[in-house]
Amino acid sequence: MALTQSHIDIEVDDLQNAYDKAVAEGGPVRHHPPRDYAPYRSSVLRHPKQPLVAVHGGDPETVELAGPVFGVTDITEIDNDLTRQHRGEPIGERMTVSGRLLDRDGRPVRGQLVEVWQANAAGRYAHLREQHPAPLDPNFTGVGRTLTDDQGRYTFTTIKPGPYPWGNHTNAWRPAHIHFSVFGTAFTQRLVTQMYFPSDPLFAYDPILRSVTDAAARNRLIATYQHDLSAPGFSLGYAWDIVLDGPSATWIEEGR
Amino acid sequence: MTERLLPTPSHTIGPFYGHALPFPGGPDVAPQGHPDTITLHGYVFDGAGAPIPDALLDFWQAAPDGSLTGAPGSMRRDPSTGGFLGRNGTDFTGFGRVATDADGHYALHTLPPGNAGLPYISVCVFARGLVHHLFTRAYLADGADPLLDSLPAERRATLIAAEGANRTYRFDIRLQGEGETVFLEFQ
Repeated sequence: MALTQSHIDIEVDDLQNAYDKAVAEGGPVRHHPPRDYAPYRSSVLRHPKQPLVAVHGGDPETVELAGPVFGVTDITEIDNDLTRQHRGEPIGERMTVSGRLLDRDGRPVRGQLVEVWQANAAGRYAHLREQHPAPLDPNFTGVGRTLTDDQGRYTFTTIKPGPYPWGNHTNAWRPAHIHFSVFGTAFTQRLVTQMYFPSDPLFAYDPILRSVTDAAARNRLIATYQHDLSAPGFSLGYAWDIVLDGPSATWIEEGR
Repeated sequence: MTERLLPTPSHTIGPFYGHALPFPGGPDVAPQGHPDTITLHGYVFDGAGAPIPDALLDFWQAAPDGSLTGAPGSMRRDPSTGGFLGRNGTDFTGFGRVATDADGHYALHTLPPGNAGLPYISVCVFARGLVHHLFTRAYLADGADPLLDSLPAERRATLIAAEGANRTYRFDIRLQGEGETVFLEFQ
């Protein structure tokens, strides 16, 4: 039997209600999605069932306290402009996405690599295994890289990605989003996440977004339209800050 | 420190990162032709024992001299074409990135880590279906170690790479089920 959206909606709602009830009763707020989020079917066979094993911060020899280093040779000048990587202009709504990479103490994370990838304006990735029958754009691959500056700021110029269908269940559609991969100053700060756009009608139907069961945490994945960031006659501006988790902030002060 | 910001939630890498994150030379952490080069390789399996062809692994380790400072130059770019230049062939950066192939197999070419204690390579696992990445360690030797010693024998074994011919080390990663790899949480 084909799995419909209403099947998924019931599962999503049950998990949402269970989480909300647990928090109302004093349970912990969960900033990250649970690994075993069944409505996202691909997670079922891909989450560990054993508890994670704690590595305590008391060991200053832990390799993960340090992390990879990236420099100016790891990016080119136009890597953060996804609209300039081909001969012609890509189709779509041109936009500027900018924000800061911060640690949980609000300190800028400087000189770190931020990578993005996304579908084109028609909702298609430049990936052969993607079968969505929407056009590829010869002038858009959808990959960008940059290093954060001294204030931890990153900026990308790109085009707004389209929503697209996927195989989780019948009539499954992903809200428009940009994938982000970021590094911090310790390996333990590594993060892969996704940025969404305000007021997308698909939010409620997407089990990947809904896997973040905490509503406030989910809202932190949504960029803000910011008129000051719009470039006159050129692009619309979206602001999105990224806050890295992990224990490394305090470790680094002690260990380095 | 007064303000505590709330973290940005983690999300899956999805199936379509292949045109974005892997880069030429990603698996080649060891300088070209270095006589001490070792190969860490294996398969990534799901809970049904099926190999995962859309996993991405980041590796981080100490340099042979024990240094943890790292070095830039893992993914050097060509400023004229915008393409990847790859590594410069001589510097050791400590960082590697490998996507599993169509068989769910990966191979990392690197130098033996010189960290204090048992040598290990830190691994970060991403895949479609993983909403939060997983950390683990590939130990290149068995022996006294605070983390390993805290584990029951059968779980401990999942963190120890098996030495093979030609300076290879086999390290399979099982996300779930029998022989599930020990995954780590840093506190």
